[in-house]
Amino acid sequence: MQFGIFSVSDITRDPVSGETPTEAERIDAIVQIAEKAEEVGLDVFAIGEHHNPPFFSSAPTTLLSHIAAKTRKLIVSTATTLITTNDPVRIAEEYAMLQHLAKGRMDLMLGRGNTAPVYPWFGADIRQSLPLALENYNLLHRLWREDVVDWEGKFRTPLQGFTSTPRPLDDLPPFVWHGSIRTPEIAEQAAFYGDGFFANNIFWPKEHYIRLIKFYRQRYAHHGHGTEKQAIVGLGGQAYIAKRSQDAIKEFRPYFNEAPVYGHGPRMEDFMDQTPLSVGSPQEIIDKTLTFREHFGDYQRQMFLMDHAGLPLKTVLNQLDLLGEEVVPVLRKEIEARQDPETAKPPTHAGRVSDKYGDGPVRQPKPNANRGDNVTGGSPYQDSK
Amino acid sequence: MGQNFQLVVVSAGTSDPSSTRLLADRVAGRVTTLVGKRAQTVGTTVVELRELATEIANALVSNHIGPKLQNAIATLQHADGIVASTPVYKAGASGLLTSFFQILDNDLLIAKPVVLAATAGTARHALVVDDQMRGLFAYLRTVVVPTSLFASTEDWQDNGLNKRIDRAALELVALMTSGFEKTVRDESWGSYQHEYGSAGGTELTIDLDSDLMRLAAGGAAN
Repeated sequence: MQFGIFSVSDITRDPVSGETPTEAERIDAIVQIAEKAEEVGLDVFAIGEHHNPPFFSSAPTTLLSHIAAKTRKLIVSTATTLITTNDPVRIAEEYAMLQHLAKGRMDLMLGRGNTAPVYPWFGADIRQSLPLALENYNLLHRLWREDVVDWEGKFRTPLQGFTSTPRPLDDLPPFVWHGSIRTPEIAEQAAFYGDGFFANNIFWPKEHYIRLIKFYRQRYAHHGHGTEKQAIVGLGGQAYIAKRSQDAIKEFRPYFNEAPVYGHGPRMEDFMDQTPLSVGSPQEIIDKTLTFREHFGDYQRQMFLMDHAGLPLKTVLNQLDLLGEEVVPVLRKEIEARQDPETAKPPTHAGRVSDKYGDGPVRQPKPNANRGDNVTGGSPYQDSK
Repeated sequence: MGQNFQLVVVSAGTSDPSSTRLLADRVAGRVTTLVGKRAQTVGTTVVELRELATEIANALVSNHIGPKLQNAIATLQHADGIVASTPVYKAGASGLLTSFFQILDNDLLIAKPVVLAATAGTARHALVVDDQMRGLFAYLRTVVVPTSLFASTEDWQDNGLNKRIDRAALELVALMTSGFEKTVRDESWGSYQHEYGSAGGTELTIDLDSDLMRLAAGGAAN
């Protein structure tokens, strides 16, 4: 089981100090947060993608390659990469490049994006969001698996003899998670390709997630990738931790009350009762997180939202100390003891290389000399025709 | 032994008792009598929106449905007939009532028979039910009875109100006992637009044979 943190990349006024960080401060902070995640023993750091203020993360691969360079074990990922408004060709190129630079310590999560005005900025139409996402991913999937792609679809100009470079590291496409709350088509696509499925698990009713994860598991088995229990599931969640639970509640309340998404709405206590939000002592966070597998089945990745709603850097780093030192080690032990032995291992580059090649040679594509196009003649790579 | 029906009264009245609730109760009472005459029974559940006001406001701003609201939704989901009653404020139905119905899944109330009722301090608001409330309930694809109920201060001493209550109640009973909702849902549910997980979490059909599903499984977009 992997544990990590995911950030929305919001730049929010700290309701306690009244200060709003600058973009420069928040971008510096996120790098420190990611480094801290590695330091305290977390496995994954993921960042969202947004193209409007008050968010900073418009270029996730640039940030993630910087973080990968400053860390040694951490897997860098997204939450999410927009499969609708990004050209799948650019996603193929940028994330393959990130994969090389991170030496395989990366994956990505795809989502559609629900901010209507963003779509036309990138020449897209939110009314076509779902078919656009599905078609774009069908293309992305091929671009990472076929050296030369001829392609024609509804939403983008056709490709003739196109090679996405660099080829994925070890000729192994990055692992992909598909994030969705209530769209069966996205779950079906994840299942069809044997990819991971991620439920953000911030808002309930949990029934939405339970249904869709169950459907994804059934379809994963149907499409022949393994049993339902072997399907690859990731979950979100959010926590605020203090040694004593009354301190956690007191400290987090002003941030909860003004949080951009649910602030000025429900009482924090109601939200804690009725959603996955945990605010309390390490033991309370552990107990609540352990209930997730009872609802959704054993899963591979648990992500926490820790740096949102204007929480200052110092607090976030302190939260990560508590998460990494007092919560996650216990969760690892408890979940290992309870987990069904049939459960799939979480995806890592090394594990997937070994699944693909066993002890055999790992493909390392070397290009032929430039001949101007991929349409005439054979493969652009030396080891294939 | 006849059928047992479920009638749900939704009241946006604010005092206890309120004239809004009183109007709805009189419809409910009349419905009970009329159903009884047909050797059938009806159980009435009242949803007082004032008790849900905080959760309704929370749901509007944060999509978070609290437990009391969840209960109210489940109650409506199993309703055979609905009486929706509201005070008129500033020439419109109370925001409490419209907010509540705006939160519901689009599919929750398809084909359910509804009596609409409003109370006001002046007869000048008499068209609020027909001009404003009917549109909301048409959007929800309910079937609203022909007789709208409206009671301004002077109507409470006019026997005409009783006659209209009788009429509206009979119209509701006719729709409830005819099985209109069941027929529509059994034979035509699939021809209404649905969203996965809607209708209070009951709409869970997944058509694997759709264009989008084929696209999801590596096919081409049409």
